[in-house]
Amino acid sequence: MERWLNFLEVNASRILELTVDHAILVTLAIVVALAIGIPLGIYLTTNEYLAGVVLQVASITLTIPSIALFGVMIPIFSLIGQGIGFLPAFVALVLYAQLPIIRNTYTAIKNVNPEMRDAAIGMGMKTHQRLWRVEIPNALPVIMAGIRTAVVLNIGIAVIAAYIGAGGLGVLITQGISRGDNYLIISGSIAVAILAIIADAFLLMIQKFFTNKGYSQVTAER
Amino acid sequence: MISFKHVTKAYNEENIAVNDVDFTVEQGKIVVLLGPSGCGKTTLLRMVNRLESITDGEIIINGENSMDLDAIELRRKIGYVIQSNGLFPNMTIEENVMLVPDLLGWSKKEKRERFTYLMKLSGLDPEEYGKRFPYQLSGGQQQRIGVVRALAADPPVMLMDEPFGALDPIIREKIQDEFLQIQREVKKTILFVSHDIDEAIKMADKIVLLRDGEIMQFDTPSEMLAHPKNEFVSQFFGKDRAIKSLSLHTVKDLQGIIGLGEVDDSIQDTKTINVHQDLRNTLSMLMNQEADQVIVTDDEGERIGSITIDLVQKYLHFEIKGKLSVSQEG
Repeated sequence: MERWLNFLEVNASRILELTVDHAILVTLAIVVALAIGIPLGIYLTTNEYLAGVVLQVASITLTIPSIALFGVMIPIFSLIGQGIGFLPAFVALVLYAQLPIIRNTYTAIKNVNPEMRDAAIGMGMKTHQRLWRVEIPNALPVIMAGIRTAVVLNIGIAVIAAYIGAGGLGVLITQGISRGDNYLIISGSIAVAILAIIADAFLLMIQKFFTNKGYSQVTAER
Repeated sequence: MISFKHVTKAYNEENIAVNDVDFTVEQGKIVVLLGPSGCGKTTLLRMVNRLESITDGEIIINGENSMDLDAIELRRKIGYVIQSNGLFPNMTIEENVMLVPDLLGWSKKEKRERFTYLMKLSGLDPEEYGKRFPYQLSGGQQQRIGVVRALAADPPVMLMDEPFGALDPIIREKIQDEFLQIQREVKKTILFVSHDIDEAIKMADKIVLLRDGEIMQFDTPSEMLAHPKNEFVSQFFGKDRAIKSLSLHTVKDLQGIIGLGEVDDSIQDTKTINVHQDLRNTLSMLMNQEADQVIVTDDEGERIGSITIDLVQKYLHFEIKGKLSVSQEG
């Protein structure tokens, strides 16, 4: 126990610094992933054919092992002199986050009660009015669930990014493995876990805040 | 006024949903589209606000061809009520009701006034219900709000697709009565889809009976019951159509033609019935109780006479069977 405390005393500031790096990498990747994924998911609800193709591609992306995807990024980004470091890791994380975000957005809007949609059209709402006033508000809980999945997924995958020099908590773990230092491995792992739990709880709070009172009750009753 | 002029809808050459349908809903009247499921009644209704396309023919709404208007504009001028009320769970009752006025850009004050007026019209307290969400209301209240919402922007025409179909029989009857009360005040031109014969007889000024996308008969409920045009119509209304037709007549009608019996004060514990009650309910009341007569009261509760099974039978014979026999000869 005493050795633990010693270890933490020496390394606390480094752990904190790496946690912040990790959080920044994931946050930036998620922000960009949202900016692409949500509009795309919404658009796909109006284009059945393209929806099949895009969801398939996103599914395949998610099956690529992360270490392999990072590996593929290196030669590609070497072309612009960014072979290792932040940029390839960032791009890979954006790709991984796409599937849960696009799929949940698409499914959530598609699954809005067809009678509700019928009423909205029959009352004379234009497509964008129907989307903003009826479909998105009622799809929000499922969309948020997708975002939460993407964030937790990315926090985990970003650990691997340490191998291509992107920094973050993966650094503790990879160093721990190469030096055979269990303290490094365990503290790195715990920090990742705590980060994931905090991020998920924070997003859940946001979800509850933005989810309309009427809808949350309806889903609770179901 | 809504006129269907030789309206046809075909999905392909074999699959014809609506075939050469031609009728008119007069200003301020209720026409019920009635028929077995798959007869095209809902399709026909949805062609009016262009949720379904028209293959051939035209629909004229208050002098304008529906296809000449912008679909969005057209829909905002038509009240639309569906079976499962279609209220939006993310909006309060007031937001739900005032949706079309909001789309049309009414001011806050106008919306507020209209909301208060409509809620009072339907017997709901605007203050109490305005801020609630749909899930906080009972099924019957939600359906009332569904109707109120369709009336929001005061559209001249309303489409109602089995609006009371999901309600239990007791609530349904109550809301039907309330709706007829409202209709007496607002006098909308209404196209109403139903598969319930009793509902159609009760609500309709005229009924369009459909089978496989074709009109079997277009008539007032009493004409249709008395003079079914063909085998399908008479079968659809059933062997008890004479009894069904009793629901179109009230005790007052009977009083006017053959008069009521005297009140026998020696009989204790007899039930009373209002003079505006329909004869079908009167008959079941007479059959359900031991006594031979039921006391008829007017609106003030004064006893004005009595009614017996014999009298109802006599009325049925003269008024309704009389017409029936004529139709059989013809």
